[in-house]
Amino acid sequence: MTAIASAKRYDAVVLGAGHNGLIAACYMARAGLSVLVVERNPYIGGAAVSRQLYQDFTYSNCSYVCSLLRPEIMRTLELPLHGLQIIPYEGGCTMMRDGGHLALYDNHDALRREISRHSKRDAEAYDRFARDMLRQCRFIKPLLMRTPPDPTSFKPRDLMELLYLGQRFHRMGETRMYETLRFWTMSCADFLDEYFESDIVKAHLAGSSIIGTALGPRSPGTAYVLLHHYMGDIDDAVGAWGFARGGMGAVTNALAASFQASGGEIRCNAGAERVLTSGGRAVGVALADGTEVRAATIVSGLDVKRTFLGLVDRKDLPAEFHRQVENFKIRGSSGKLNIALDAVPSFPAIPEGAPCIRGDLHITDSIAMMERAYDDWKAGIWSQAPYVDMLIPSQIDPTMAPAGKHYMSVFVQYCPYELASGSWDDGKRQAFGETVIQAISRQSPDFRKLILHAEIRTPWDIENEVGLTEGNIFQGELTMDQLLFNRPVPGYAQYRSPIRGLYMCGSSTHPGGGVMGAPGANAAREILRDLRRDDLRLDGLH
Amino acid sequence: MTAPYHSIVIGGGHNGLTCAAYLARAGKRVLVLEAADRVGGAAVTRSFAPGFKVSACAHLLHQMPQDIITDLGLIRHGLVFAAEAMPTISLAADGPHLRLPARVNGGLSGEDVTAYSTFMARMRRFAAHLRPMLSRTPPRLGTGTAADNGALLRLAWEIRSLGRTGMRDLLRIIGMNMYDLVEECFASPALRAAVAFDAVLGTNFGPRSPGTVLTFLYRLAAESGACGAAMAQPRGGMGTVSDALAAAAQAAGAEIRVAARVARVAVRDDRAVGVLLADGETIAGRHVISNADPRTTFLNLLGAEHLDTGFVRRIDHFRQRGLTAKVHLALSAAPPFRDLALAGLRSRMIIAPSLSYVETAFNATKYGDYSASPAMEIVVPTASDATMAPAAQHVLSAVVQYAPYSHTDGWSAVKQNFLDRIIETIETYAPGLRGLIIAAELLTPADIETEFGISGGHWHHGELAFDQFFMVRPVPGATQYESPLEGFFLCGAGSHPGGGVMGLGGRNAARQVLKKAA
Repeated sequence: MTAIASAKRYDAVVLGAGHNGLIAACYMARAGLSVLVVERNPYIGGAAVSRQLYQDFTYSNCSYVCSLLRPEIMRTLELPLHGLQIIPYEGGCTMMRDGGHLALYDNHDALRREISRHSKRDAEAYDRFARDMLRQCRFIKPLLMRTPPDPTSFKPRDLMELLYLGQRFHRMGETRMYETLRFWTMSCADFLDEYFESDIVKAHLAGSSIIGTALGPRSPGTAYVLLHHYMGDIDDAVGAWGFARGGMGAVTNALAASFQASGGEIRCNAGAERVLTSGGRAVGVALADGTEVRAATIVSGLDVKRTFLGLVDRKDLPAEFHRQVENFKIRGSSGKLNIALDAVPSFPAIPEGAPCIRGDLHITDSIAMMERAYDDWKAGIWSQAPYVDMLIPSQIDPTMAPAGKHYMSVFVQYCPYELASGSWDDGKRQAFGETVIQAISRQSPDFRKLILHAEIRTPWDIENEVGLTEGNIFQGELTMDQLLFNRPVPGYAQYRSPIRGLYMCGSSTHPGGGVMGAPGANAAREILRDLRRDDLRLDGLH
Repeated sequence: MTAPYHSIVIGGGHNGLTCAAYLARAGKRVLVLEAADRVGGAAVTRSFAPGFKVSACAHLLHQMPQDIITDLGLIRHGLVFAAEAMPTISLAADGPHLRLPARVNGGLSGEDVTAYSTFMARMRRFAAHLRPMLSRTPPRLGTGTAADNGALLRLAWEIRSLGRTGMRDLLRIIGMNMYDLVEECFASPALRAAVAFDAVLGTNFGPRSPGTVLTFLYRLAAESGACGAAMAQPRGGMGTVSDALAAAAQAAGAEIRVAARVARVAVRDDRAVGVLLADGETIAGRHVISNADPRTTFLNLLGAEHLDTGFVRRIDHFRQRGLTAKVHLALSAAPPFRDLALAGLRSRMIIAPSLSYVETAFNATKYGDYSASPAMEIVVPTASDATMAPAAQHVLSAVVQYAPYSHTDGWSAVKQNFLDRIIETIETYAPGLRGLIIAAELLTPADIETEFGISGGHWHHGELAFDQFFMVRPVPGATQYESPLEGFFLCGAGSHPGGGVMGLGGRNAARQVLKKAA
């Protein structure tokens, strides 16, 4: 195939119009660079999309909650001005198979009364738990928007940053350090056992520790995943989760609008095929349609495996780096159902008129049930009694479904990328969907007959549609060996790669996934520093 | 009334004896009080059937540093090895067994033999850098003292001295699980499992649990300076080690009293002043050092009333439930392991055929059940030591993973079934074993708790996990072998560097007590 060189040259080309790619693009464009974003799919958004796949229903068909997006990014890029509106949850509910439930309310007194219904002691402990979580969030949050230092480097910048971290840690003293260590390394099950006695209270909280993760609630390290999901702040309420009005595509649409307002260009149906190099540095990108775009800066929003095993010539990479990318753990563990409903299904467990039906609805009995669900995943089958996290955003956001009808997002943990019985096929996909629908039907007698359409997505489907390796929603496991200066690869945690001019800005990099945007913003800061454009002192990028 | 002792050590386990020996050698007047009628704690030899003896808890010596053996003259005091540098044999149900250290034609491909030696060289290098930390008192954060700052800097330097590549490698793998790491390194399922098995032995982890590379490195670090070429079997069982330690302590002037159960630590004016025995006797001592586990030490011997609530809560949360059982079989003949003659039995045999086997064995315990097909470490002490059983008869001793501390149906209801499952599992590799059994004994973690007085029955007195390791072991407020109470110290496995018959806890504690007393 003869390449047709694109007429226009850009300062930077961003691969993938996911939220991190767009955020990096926005910051670069605002710094005055000419930036092109290329996207393989006919639509932008990556895994933060709103799609109409059935009649007039809008599906947030991948990510479904907007909680972690950094407020400083939202402000700097003026996303509300570009149409992003976040509506906080009004609580949520966990339903047990025996009909028991735990409703969560915004109102502190109501929440306390509800927890007391299960355990008075737990109601007391909840305040202590929330306070401890908050304290840990405060410690970790400033690290999200910083570039991790290289602990092996003697460069002044790394040493200063290490000193900063060391001092923060040292100043905590022994007891706080111990508490922090526990957050980073303990299992969620052990951790919650220290506060609570009621199964359902623990099960409700433990949900966040396994979402998107190939670990069970008893695996050490899951307390951190719990914390990771707690770092959201909507209107500065720590840990609050919310809906994006119009679905998750509203986030990426607002980013695209902000980017275009700064003069950026986006090209869809233009998947990157290869990063072009010359003399060990990136000089452009070859697109699937045969065109080549020249730019001295290439920024990949794809995961680290897609980027370096897929787009880069192996001989351009040091063998050790290549091997480490191959060893990067990025495992599919989640499935998703998107369902169009004729009406809001009834959940006898939830009290009539309780606002929690408009929040996130979980189905689980206990941590043991979640752990068994993980054992199934380890054995290469989808969880026979899965952990289910449902949301019916159309109750709050009428743009999601035709009048009177509703859209329901169903997140399912665990579902393997590859089954012990071999690859996924349509029969297995339907059987997986049936397992989930049965689990929901047990809580909602009329659910099945209200289903108008159901899209069933296994990790394999997510990989194929969105391009996330193995359908892993975080672009890589959030385990200790893959956090901070180890993410994605030791020595390459500062958004740069062995190829000069080729950068990473996806969730494979620090601080990881969950529509947070920090990797995109951090990558932009490093790029602008290399280009000596950091004198612009962009708000929110210190 | 006699003058108070310089130090009273509660518990004559190997750490308590080591601590007493070092204190006595420094010229201090030391008394060791042991509740049982013999010293040794979990390093003992006892009879379990007429004529049959066994090392009832720990059954191999692989972590005791050569310098402790030399310092205390343990060889002079009776320590003899019946077997040294014992190889590991991973039993195969059919086909050749896997022998480690790996040799070509030992059931492994040439690539795996090379990969194994590369892997072990890499791990040993890290272990060598971690090793000095085991024999030092860990620093404390936030104190600002020159000693602690110096120790922190030394620690940073130790890691830095690995060089850039080594340091990056260590900082990545140390948080990993063994399952992923061995999958990165080898192809053979048996080799992967054999390596991962060492990481989970004696812990509450499966191979897929993050943190198991840490436990593996810890084990390797402890083995790197050990006597007996790491894996050794003392003649007469592990009791010989304790007896030699006791003899060394006594030779240095320490007094040891057995069948002397301490009821409480005596406290006056917010400091420990001695102990009160169960029979009512009071003994005065300027320093009281507990060899018991942290829960027993603080909640039973000292009492929560002397401690603040935050500290008591931390002790409460200290994870110290064991997941390891022990089985002893008295046999009328050598156990018929396939393709292993008597010489072959002078090894450490393991049942861990694949990673998924070990992980599945771990699964059951998460729900309060025992492993239906357990993983095991088996030794036949009589293969190298005829003193343990009547002539031509044999003893089989197995460490069994996994058994929960409390079974959902209650241990009394299911203990026999578990023993049957264990014997059946061994029989897969040793057909005809059942017909040779004269007597059998199973110790669950609950039994280990009762017999050895270790609350929770955990070998290490507490889980070896990041948040219970090194600078924060067992909990803040009780690090550096000290406690919130003046004059009251710890020297057991619940302190740094943890369990395994190592003696370093005892030696480090003695040094700390002397420093404080000075």
